[in-house]
Amino acid sequence: MASLKELKNRINSVESTKKITKAMQMVAAAKLRKAQEAAEAARPYAERMAAVMANLSSAMEGPDAPRLLVGTGKDDVHLLVVATADRGLCGGFNTNIARLARERVAALVSAGKAVKILTVGKKGYEALKRLHNDKIVDRVDLKDVKSIDGSIAAMIGDKIRTLFEAGEFDVCEVISSEFVSVISQKPRAQTLIPARDAIDETVERPDLKGAIYSYEPDEESILEVLLPRYVDTVILSALLENAAGEMGAKMAAMDSATRNAGELIDKLNLEYNRSRQAKITKELIEIISGAEAV
Amino acid sequence: MADKLHFDLVSPERRVFAGEVDMVVVPGSEGDFGVLADHAPFMSTIRTGAISVHSGNDVTRTFIRGGFAEVTAAGLTILAEEAIDLADVNAEDASKSLTEAREDLGQARNDEERHDAEARIEKFQALLAELSH
Repeated sequence: MASLKELKNRINSVESTKKITKAMQMVAAAKLRKAQEAAEAARPYAERMAAVMANLSSAMEGPDAPRLLVGTGKDDVHLLVVATADRGLCGGFNTNIARLARERVAALVSAGKAVKILTVGKKGYEALKRLHNDKIVDRVDLKDVKSIDGSIAAMIGDKIRTLFEAGEFDVCEVISSEFVSVISQKPRAQTLIPARDAIDETVERPDLKGAIYSYEPDEESILEVLLPRYVDTVILSALLENAAGEMGAKMAAMDSATRNAGELIDKLNLEYNRSRQAKITKELIEIISGAEAV
Repeated sequence: MADKLHFDLVSPERRVFAGEVDMVVVPGSEGDFGVLADHAPFMSTIRTGAISVHSGNDVTRTFIRGGFAEVTAAGLTILAEEAIDLADVNAEDASKSLTEAREDLGQARNDEERHDAEARIEKFQALLAELSH
């Protein structure tokens, strides 16, 4: 049995760990509220954007349609944008995203497709570089990003568009975490390019009741403005949901860590008291039997 | 009173406005247009400028940059990159930012910085023009 001093030391160290995890949990809870608000505030824009795109894309057919919308007509090279958090200590959050990414890579490779990866967030890069380092074409870290806003999404969007225009890939998918609720985050893969497929997956075509749209200046010019913005919007909402999910996962992880620390402290305290008692009893027996012997 | 028009103004960060109004005047890229209730389906890109929202006797003006307007049977939706309530800014700050942007343009070292500064100059010039109305 460990000595009393050793036990006392362990109790103290677990107690300070508990304080740290408790503090981290509270920080995550505060950040979660902000991140959740941001993610929810961005939703109407993304929804309206998708609805408008659905309208427009049904009007655009034929070979003149922009390639961002209809794709390159091929399906050979896939770009996976894997968005994770930049920090750990948030349970299975990053691991789940990375696992989904690995599954997608494996599925695409076995289907004979080439895969390229762009990672957003440090953890995704770290998780994927061991197996798929040759496939990673670019990485973006969120370390220096104080708050996620349009500019970071536009920066990532620019990278994707540049790669696309250079003919580096045909299909683009975003793998990130869907913020279902505070305690539930689900990793998901969504198609980004060709945008038409992405829209068909998510949006119902609005019923125009036979009315014909008029466009100003014309469909092509509007799409030209709209498509890049659409890409940015999808990325922004993925990043915002990720941020909210990360905080939710961190809060849950830190909560259970705090609870585990509490249980451990209780157990150690019991053990400490028992051995203290045993020591006292032993000393008493020694004294009594010594007195009897005299 | 005629029917009301449902109007949504959203920017990537938040929903700026949602509600029933009488009329909205939008600076379209091919010219300003007013939208009343039961407008025909219509879609237009927007030039940087101010929209006027008419509700009863009140007119609210909001400065918007980048984006487009869509009119459907459900109402008018404007998706703007940026939306600033004109009541929240004053000409002094705007002209100061404009001067800063001009200085940045002079010191720009690469295309990216130049584009950024030019975009800001354009924005603040348009903002000042709207403020002087």
